[in-house]
Amino acid sequence: MAWMRAALIWAVVAGTIAVSLGVAAMSPLLAWRGPVYVVAGFAGVSALALVLLQPLLVAGLLPGLSIPRGRRVHRWVGAALVTAIIIHVAGLWLTSPPDVVDALLFDSPTPFSAWGVVAMWAAFAAALLAALRRPLRIRPRLWRLGHTVLVVLVVLGGVVHALLIDGTMGSASKLVLCALVVAATAVALFNLRAWMALTRRKPQDRRP
Amino acid sequence: MLPISTTRRDLLAAGTAFGAAALTVGAPAIIRPAQAQGLAPTDSMRGGANNYRPGAPIVQRIGNGGFWMSGTVRRAGDGAPLPGIRIQIWAHTTEGYETDARSHGATLTDPNGAFRLEMPQIIPAFGQAHGHLAYDDTAFKTVFLRPVMRSSQDKSLKADFVLQPA
Repeated sequence: MAWMRAALIWAVVAGTIAVSLGVAAMSPLLAWRGPVYVVAGFAGVSALALVLLQPLLVAGLLPGLSIPRGRRVHRWVGAALVTAIIIHVAGLWLTSPPDVVDALLFDSPTPFSAWGVVAMWAAFAAALLAALRRPLRIRPRLWRLGHTVLVVLVVLGGVVHALLIDGTMGSASKLVLCALVVAATAVALFNLRAWMALTRRKPQDRRP
Repeated sequence: MLPISTTRRDLLAAGTAFGAAALTVGAPAIIRPAQAQGLAPTDSMRGGANNYRPGAPIVQRIGNGGFWMSGTVRRAGDGAPLPGIRIQIWAHTTEGYETDARSHGATLTDPNGAFRLEMPQIIPAFGQAHGHLAYDDTAFKTVFLRPVMRSSQDKSLKADFVLQPA
């Protein structure tokens, strides 16, 4: 039965990502977009898909990928996520500069822009914290708390950003992908006892 | 004991009394000019001027048409319709980006202060199906509007201007 469970998990994850990208690729809106805008849109959809993989990888929820191996992949997927976000924003900037400037300055008329910008900065900060963790010898407690808070912002901001947009993604596949992202993040945070960094006291703080 | 009470309840009471006084005494002074003027001028909308190209030509139709942008232009205060006012219109449509010159056009209001310009179908861009309209001439203050379509399937969009003298 274990192989069936493994196959099911992989099928749901891979299927959701493939269907989301496939439906977006069939969007009628693509007919009225130039290559740069099309790439920018797909970079956004890909970023959301990569956000789904991250908690699954780090918590060892993908069958066949143990936690140590999953964490190595997690770092590469994190780098890919940062790249996808940069391509997304750069492509939109080339397509309509004033709209992106408004969004980055939190002065956009569209409510979803601010959520996306918050998610973007949180993702950059989470990646930067990961990159600096060893060179700066960041304390485990600070590292864990920081990375957790930042990725929760990435998930929350990214999901709301995606849901509010009228774009190339299909509404049903988008809803399923967003629900999976939230569920995977919640399960990973629970499995990894992410709140321990908040509640556990240092040994010297404990009463005798 | 201090002569002035400083308990939280007294501070709250004093604050409420002050606020009520400000509302009843101060408010009419603020509201009066607006009431005297009647119809308030339209404010520019956030992002309304994005991808604006000043001096769009007056056209019979933008591109091949199929979608209608319409609205009215009135004067602030008495609400009198304003004829012969130039309204510039642009959007991301089936025929081009907002940044493309061919997506821009202008029209004039009729004797009733109404305007109506046919343009290509507006499609969602940057996450929202929306149009842009501008009044940007000398007689009145400049106004940029950015109305959002209720559904991206809509075949028309309306936006009204109330202008105040420059």
